[in-house]
Amino acid sequence: MSGHSSYVPKSGFERWLDARLPIIRLAHDSAVSYPVPRNLNYMWTFGGILVFMLVAQIITGVVLAMHYTANSLLAFNSVEHIMRDVNYGWMLRYLHANGASMFFIAVYMHIFRGIYYGSYKAPREVLWILGVVIFLLMMATAFMGYVLPWGQMSFWGATVITNLFSALPVIGEVIVSYLWGGYSVDNPTLNRFFSLHYLLPFMIFGVVILHVWALHHVGQNNPTGVEVKNVQKDTVPFTPYATIKDVLGMVVFMIVFGWFVFYQPNFMGHADNYIPANPAATPAHIVPEWYFLPFYAILRAIPDKLGGVLAMGGAIVILAFLPWLDTSKVKSMSYRPIARQLFWVWVIVCIGLGYLGAMPPEGGYVIASQIFTVLYFGFFVALFVVGLFERPKALPTSIADAVLASAKGGSAVRMAGAATAEPNVKG
Amino acid sequence: MAHATDTKSGTRRDFLLLATGAAGAVAAGSIVVPLISQLAPDQQTIAAGAPVDVDLAPIAEGQAIKIFWRGKPIFVRHRTKKEIDEALAVDVATLRDPQTDQQRTKAGHEPILVVFGNCTHLGCIPLGTAPGEPKGDFDGWFCPCHGSHYDSSGRIRKGPAPLNLPVPPYAFTSDTKIKIG
Amino acid sequence: MSRTSLRLALAGLAAGLAASALSLTAVRAAEGRVEPPALSWSFSGPVGKFDRAQLQRGYKVYKEVCASCHAASLVRFRNLAQPGGPEFTVGQVNALAATYQVKDGPNETGEMFDRPGRAADAFPSPFANEQAARAANGGAYPPDFSVLAKARTYERGFPRFVFDIFTQYQEQGPDYIHALMVGYEEPPAGTTLLPGQYWNKYMPGHLIAMPKPLNDGQVEYPKGADGQPQVPETIDQYARDVSAFMVWMAEPHMEQRKRIALWFMPFLVIFAFLLYFSKKRIWARMPDGSATH
Repeated sequence: MSGHSSYVPKSGFERWLDARLPIIRLAHDSAVSYPVPRNLNYMWTFGGILVFMLVAQIITGVVLAMHYTANSLLAFNSVEHIMRDVNYGWMLRYLHANGASMFFIAVYMHIFRGIYYGSYKAPREVLWILGVVIFLLMMATAFMGYVLPWGQMSFWGATVITNLFSALPVIGEVIVSYLWGGYSVDNPTLNRFFSLHYLLPFMIFGVVILHVWALHHVGQNNPTGVEVKNVQKDTVPFTPYATIKDVLGMVVFMIVFGWFVFYQPNFMGHADNYIPANPAATPAHIVPEWYFLPFYAILRAIPDKLGGVLAMGGAIVILAFLPWLDTSKVKSMSYRPIARQLFWVWVIVCIGLGYLGAMPPEGGYVIASQIFTVLYFGFFVALFVVGLFERPKALPTSIADAVLASAKGGSAVRMAGAATAEPNVKG
Repeated sequence: MAHATDTKSGTRRDFLLLATGAAGAVAAGSIVVPLISQLAPDQQTIAAGAPVDVDLAPIAEGQAIKIFWRGKPIFVRHRTKKEIDEALAVDVATLRDPQTDQQRTKAGHEPILVVFGNCTHLGCIPLGTAPGEPKGDFDGWFCPCHGSHYDSSGRIRKGPAPLNLPVPPYAFTSDTKIKIG
Repeated sequence: MSRTSLRLALAGLAAGLAASALSLTAVRAAEGRVEPPALSWSFSGPVGKFDRAQLQRGYKVYKEVCASCHAASLVRFRNLAQPGGPEFTVGQVNALAATYQVKDGPNETGEMFDRPGRAADAFPSPFANEQAARAANGGAYPPDFSVLAKARTYERGFPRFVFDIFTQYQEQGPDYIHALMVGYEEPPAGTTLLPGQYWNKYMPGHLIAMPKPLNDGQVEYPKGADGQPQVPETIDQYARDVSAFMVWMAEPHMEQRKRIALWFMPFLVIFAFLLYFSKKRIWARMPDGSATH
C-alpha cells in the first residue's frame, strides 16, 4: 500500500544520503513501516521462506561452483570430490540438493495459499502472473541443476526432457539439436546447462523483485479477502510484527530442512544418480524429481506425443489465466462453500498425480492418470461455472471486524467499534 | 487485561527478545562457518602436499633443476667450487637480507643449494636454472620482471626484491637423495 | 454435504493408492524382485556410528575378495585413517599404501612408471578401463564400489516411504548388498543357466553374472584372547562387514554429519520456541499499545 513515507532521517549522514539515494527510505518503507493486514495466518510466511530459500540456494550454489567441474568426464567425480575432500562440502551439497526440494515444497504451499484465498484476483493479476513466471524459471533451474552431477538420472532425465521439444512440428528436431549442441546429450549440453543453471537464479531474483514490488504496490491479500480499509485498525507495521512471524516460520521450516539434510540427505534423490552417466544403458524406471511428478503424470496420461507435451505445458500455463477463469467476485474460499470443496479435491488430485507420476506407465496407472488429468483441468472449468451461481457466506465488513469476531468465538456478527471499547493498557 | 503484570512483563520481554536475538546470532554464525571453511585447501590438496623425494645423482656440477612441490617451483642447484667460494666471500653485513651461505645449505653438502623459485618481489620465476639462461650479476638468478639479481646462494643482491629466495624445509635421506617437506 | 464429499474423495484416494500399492507388489514379483530383509546396522538412526572393528574387517574382505574385480577409485588410502572411518593409524595406512604399485608419470623421457603408493593415492583399480573389465569378466562390468551403497536400493512403495521420513530408514543399499551376498541358490527346476550366469534370490530378475563371491572361512578375521575369531567367519558376517564398509566408502562423513545434527537440530527447536514466545509478546499489543483483541 503505497502511502506517504514515514521515514525520518536521524543523522546528518542519513539526511545527506536520503537527498541523493533514498535507499534507507526504500528499505524502511518496504520492510519496517510497510502495513501488513493483521489477520494473516502462517500460510503467509511462505513468501518470506521462499526468499530465504532463494538466497540459500544462490549462496550454496556459488560455493559449490567453486569446486564443481562442468565436464562430462569430470563432473561426477568433482561432485564426489566435494562430498569427500572439501571442508563441509557434503553439507553444502546436501543443503543445495535438498534445498531444491524444500524450495518446491514452499512454492507449492505458496501457490495453494494463493489459490485458496483468491490472491490472484483484481488488483493482483500481474503479481500472480509474475509468480507463475518465477515458478517456470524455478522448474527450468531445478531441471538443469539436476543434470549437473552427471549421474544416470541426470543424463536420462536430460535426454527425456529435451526430447519433449522434438514433439513440436517442423522445428522440433532443430530445437532439440540446438539444446544439445550435438547429436545427443553430451559435454556441450552439460556445459550450457551449467551456465544457465548459474544464470537463471539471478533472473528469478529479478522477477522476485518485480513480484515484491507489485505486492507492495497493491498490498497483501488476507484470509478474509476483504481489502484494507483503515490502515490504523486493519494493519500492523511489517517490523516487528510480520518480521518475527516470518522468522518463526523460517526456523520451523529449517527444522524440516535440517531433518532431511542431516538425517535423510538422499531421501528425495534417486539412487540411480549415484551411478555415473552411461549413454548405453537406461535405468529401469526413469522418474523426474518429485516436484515434477504431477506434470510428468499428465504428460504420460495423453497417448500422443505432442498432445502430452501440450497438456503438460498447459497444466502450468493455465495457472496464469486463473484471474480470469475464476468468475467469483469473492476472493477467499473460506466464504465460498462450493469452491472450497473443489479446492480440496483439486489438492488431492495434484497429490494423486504426483503419486501416479512415480509409478510405471502400465495398466491401471495410465487410466488413473487420465482420470486425474481430466480432474486437474476440470477444476478450472468448475471454478468458472461455480462462480456464476455460488452464493457466498456473509463477508466481514473489515479486517479488524474479522479479527474481533474470531477472538469473540467465531461469530461473524458485525462488531464495528468494539476495538475502541477495549481498555487502553498502554504503559 | 494485563495491568498487574505490566512492569514484570517488561523485563521478561527484554530477556526473551535478547535471548531470541542471541540465538539468531548463533544461527547466523554457524551458517558462516562452513561457508568460510570450504575456502581452505581441501583434504586431497593437503594430502598431495606430502613431502617429495628428489634424486640428486643426475644433476651434474654447475647444473640445476626445477621441481614442483605444493604447486611451487623449487630450484635444486649443484654449485661449482667457484660459485661456492663467491657465496662464502661476501661480507654478510653488506647484504639486504643478511644470511651466511652456511645458514642456507646443509653442512657436508655445501654444493647443493635448494631454494624456492619465486622471486620475493612479486612472485615471478627468476632465470638462471636452465643452461644458457642469464644468471644475473652475481652468478645466481636474474628476475626479468623487475630486474632483481640473486647470488649463487640465492640471496638478493640488487633490484627491488626485499628478501633472499627462501630455503624450503628439506633433509638428506642419503648422499644423493633429499626429501623436501 | 460438503464434509461427505470431501470424505468420499479422501476415501477414494486412499483406496486407489492401496490398490496401486498392491498391484505394484505384483509387478515387482513378476519382474523377479524379492525384498531384502532389513538388518540392524550400527550406523542407522540419528546417533548411529560406524563400528570401527566392523569397518576394518569389511576392508579386509573388500581387499582380499572384492578388490580383484571391483574398483573403488574415489576412495584414497588416507581415508582409511580419517576420523569417522575404519580409523587405521596413519602409519598403518602409509605402510599399506606402499605395498601397492601405482602408475605415475610421464617422467623426463616420457615413460610412465610404477612407484610405491602413497596415502594420497586412490585405491588402484583392477582393470585399466571399463572395456578391459568387461573383457575379463565375460562381458559383465563389475561396478565401482565408491558410492555403490548409495546407488543400490529397492522400492519401498506407499505408504512405507512416508514412514521412512520419520523412522529415518535409509539402509536399502547395505540391506540389498548383504542379501545379494547370501542370496546365491540353486536355480528352480526348469531354469537353465547359460555359461557365466548364476541364480540369486535377491538380484532383480534373479540372473547375475557374478559367481558366488564369499564362502564360510574364506577370510581370516582377527583373533580374540582365546584364539577364536571375534566374530564368526561366515558368509553372513562377511557380507554384513563388507556392506558396512561400502556404506562408509559411499558416505565417509556420515559421523560428522550426525554429530553436527546432534546440537544443531535441538538448537533450532529451542530457537523456534524462543521466537514463538517473542512473537506472542509482540503480537499482544497493537503499535499504539492497545490489545490486539
